[in-house]
Amino acid sequence: MTTLESLYGQAVLLFAALVLFVSFVMLAQSRVTTLVNLFALQGLLLALTTALVAVMQNSPHLLVSASLTLGLKVILIPLLLHWLILRMGLHRTTDEVNRPLQLLLGAASLVVFSYWITLPVVQLSALETRNIIAASTATLLLGMLLMISHRQALSHVVGFMAMENALFFSAVVATHGMPLVVELGVAFDVMVAAVIFGVFFFQIRESIDSLDVDRLSRLTETEESES
Amino acid sequence: MTWLVNLLQVILFVAAAPLLAGWIKKLKCWSQNRMAPSILQPYRDLFKLLRKETVVAENASWIFHTAPYVIFAVAVLAAAIVPLVAVAVPSARMADIIVLVGFFALARFFQALAGLDIGTAFGGMGSSREMTVASLAEPAMLMAVFTLAVSMSTTNLAAAIETLLHEPVTIRPSFVFAGLALALVAVAETGRIPVDNPATHLELTMIHEAMILEYSGHHLTLIEWAAQIRMMIYAVLLANIFFPWGLAETLTPAALGWGVVAVTAKLVALTVVLVLAEAVLAKMRLFRAPHFLGFAYLLGLLGMLTHVILEVG
Repeated sequence: MTTLESLYGQAVLLFAALVLFVSFVMLAQSRVTTLVNLFALQGLLLALTTALVAVMQNSPHLLVSASLTLGLKVILIPLLLHWLILRMGLHRTTDEVNRPLQLLLGAASLVVFSYWITLPVVQLSALETRNIIAASTATLLLGMLLMISHRQALSHVVGFMAMENALFFSAVVATHGMPLVVELGVAFDVMVAAVIFGVFFFQIRESIDSLDVDRLSRLTETEESES
Repeated sequence: MTWLVNLLQVILFVAAAPLLAGWIKKLKCWSQNRMAPSILQPYRDLFKLLRKETVVAENASWIFHTAPYVIFAVAVLAAAIVPLVAVAVPSARMADIIVLVGFFALARFFQALAGLDIGTAFGGMGSSREMTVASLAEPAMLMAVFTLAVSMSTTNLAAAIETLLHEPVTIRPSFVFAGLALALVAVAETGRIPVDNPATHLELTMIHEAMILEYSGHHLTLIEWAAQIRMMIYAVLLANIFFPWGLAETLTPAALGWGVVAVTAKLVALTVVLVLAEAVLAKMRLFRAPHFLGFAYLLGLLGMLTHVILEVG
């Protein structure tokens, strides 16, 4: 137990595990408002992890990344999403998953899978945070699973943003973080993506009167008798 | 000497269980702005039941008669495994935590059989519900326990707690998850809100109470007391595994006295958390209970996974 010996190491591991845990809770969540809040929480935990890694590895540029995450993914994007939810009257919408328990157990097997595929990488790495690589990969896969399993377009956006979170997470723990230029670029991309998604929401709603993307696969305009 | 301390510890455990129940009742009343009964009320209730006549249905078989004794005996044996004040007691060294889970299963088996034995609708319904909850709670509990066992490389509770006491204070993510999983299982197994409501006799919702409706007199005393001991075991498990500090490692009077103070403080803190959680939660529908326990299992699984992924190597 190398990382467990220092207090910083323990804190980093704890926060990394909590990031993964929040991904699980997001998967089982059915209210879109709570989903956005959970996304903000995940961003906060991620920013804390990054800041701790920055202190532990003595690499101050990670602090910039951490504050960027804090500003963008904890405050700005969740605010934007909340505004969208209010504007479109979605704050009471639920996005029920069909079989939540099976979904969560599937997610747990994804964690095992990502542990298995990152094992060679972990053995090559000499970083203190190398154990977390598998957890960050799992967070990425869980974000993807969130997009697959949920129906509302808003959940898809949150899933997408969670995947971006996870990519940033793996960059921090697998390398010493991405170059600042790349990070800034990605941050602005995410920002722009959030705005564009907003526009798309309005478009989707105008054409199908709902944000349930399952209805996009219907070909006819006439209402089928649902029984 | 060690055996004497051991015996005293088990007696203390069994005798203090109604006190814990009374304390929880008191906290619960305070949280609801009600007048609280005396903290000694559970003792009075047990004594009252002991003096009352024991009525048994005509068609009851020997299972119905022996079940209360088996349940109580198993609860006392289970209490002997869990270190309450001192770690280094022989009975805790003899059996490991899987035996503890096995004891719980044995008691539950007899309780469910006794519920079915009389042939009333409520008994059968309660037994069926109890087994449904138990079949889901047991894997979750075992998963949480295995996380502990794998981290400490032993399934023996006393040995694991000693290892924890000797190492510097470490926050393990796996322990956080395992602790939460065990807490959820404890809530389900001891029939607290949100899974079951111990204060109700509403036929649609009761689980534990439905099974023991036919019992009276000293049979009921034993069953109620055993339920209180089980509650105490879960509370002590949570308190002493995840916050082991203060447990007596030597059998000197000072260490033992300190151990009593520490475990009392821990249990008081734990019950405050439990009652606060009960105050903000509503009872779930019965059919939501599998989701609740599924979540507990997931937490246990995550504990195991984070141990393997994050803490090894």
